[in-house]
Amino acid sequence: MSLVSRHLEANGIATVVIGSARDIVEECGVSRFVFNDFPLGNPIGKPDDAAMQRATVSIALDLLETARLPRTTVQTPFRWSEDESWREVYARVDPDRIEALRREGDARRAQQAAAKGQGAV
Amino acid sequence: MTGTTHRTHVSYIDRTRHYYAALGYPKPYVYAHHLDVPFAPLAKPLSESRVALVTTASPWCDDPTDHVHAVWSGSSATPPDKLYTDNLAWDKESTHTRDVESFLPLRKLAEAAASGRIGSVSPRFYGVPTEYSQNRTVRQDAPAVLAMCRDDAVDVALIAAL
Repeated sequence: MSLVSRHLEANGIATVVIGSARDIVEECGVSRFVFNDFPLGNPIGKPDDAAMQRATVSIALDLLETARLPRTTVQTPFRWSEDESWREVYARVDPDRIEALRREGDARRAQQAAAKGQGAV
Repeated sequence: MTGTTHRTHVSYIDRTRHYYAALGYPKPYVYAHHLDVPFAPLAKPLSESRVALVTTASPWCDDPTDHVHAVWSGSSATPPDKLYTDNLAWDKESTHTRDVESFLPLRKLAEAAASGRIGSVSPRFYGVPTEYSQNRTVRQDAPAVLAMCRDDAVDVALIAAL
């Protein structure tokens, strides 16, 4: 999505990226970025929290008016939960699942090879 | 240790690297990286601008094998009650995507138009698939979104990635 933002910007359309993967967006480099420090999935705000979602949209609109240089990042003041354990959840590699993950990878590669083979026919 | 960072926010680049190594993929994914960043100033006041939303979600489908994996658009005037997101990489243990406004805030944008904060909402929102191939995004999908923005006279785009 950062690449889409860059293409629109290069063609004169002002953009704001709103998201939760700060490192990926900033590594790519975008003009304006609103960062919600949340688990991936709800960049605009927590599910069913209309006030938070409204505020995020408002921050994004404000950023369009205030950013003067590219790579302007604004972090919202919101916190996902008191419990910060969600930070360890996504794509974690549990030591006791190493073998299972390897098997999952093997199955995935076999599926990808089969799909590729079909495509070549 | 996997998953540990010394900043508060999660390093998804590191996390994904460890995860795919554990799955047995030999080469880590190389995320897009640019030194130069294009910057388009607002062409006119926001109160006169037409604003569009862009999402990574797909149209809802009951059968996951049918899901659309291409650039698509929907009507901003009739916000969808649900969109298909199962194919995307988000934290399925910590949250859910049943509230579409949590990632595609069409109703909040309509409010901004009604209050005069923005000029108008684009008649369509746009969907862009998340591609492994950056080349495909740059050469095919991004130009397709630009073309739709131009067709709809869009001045500004809010781009929300799950």
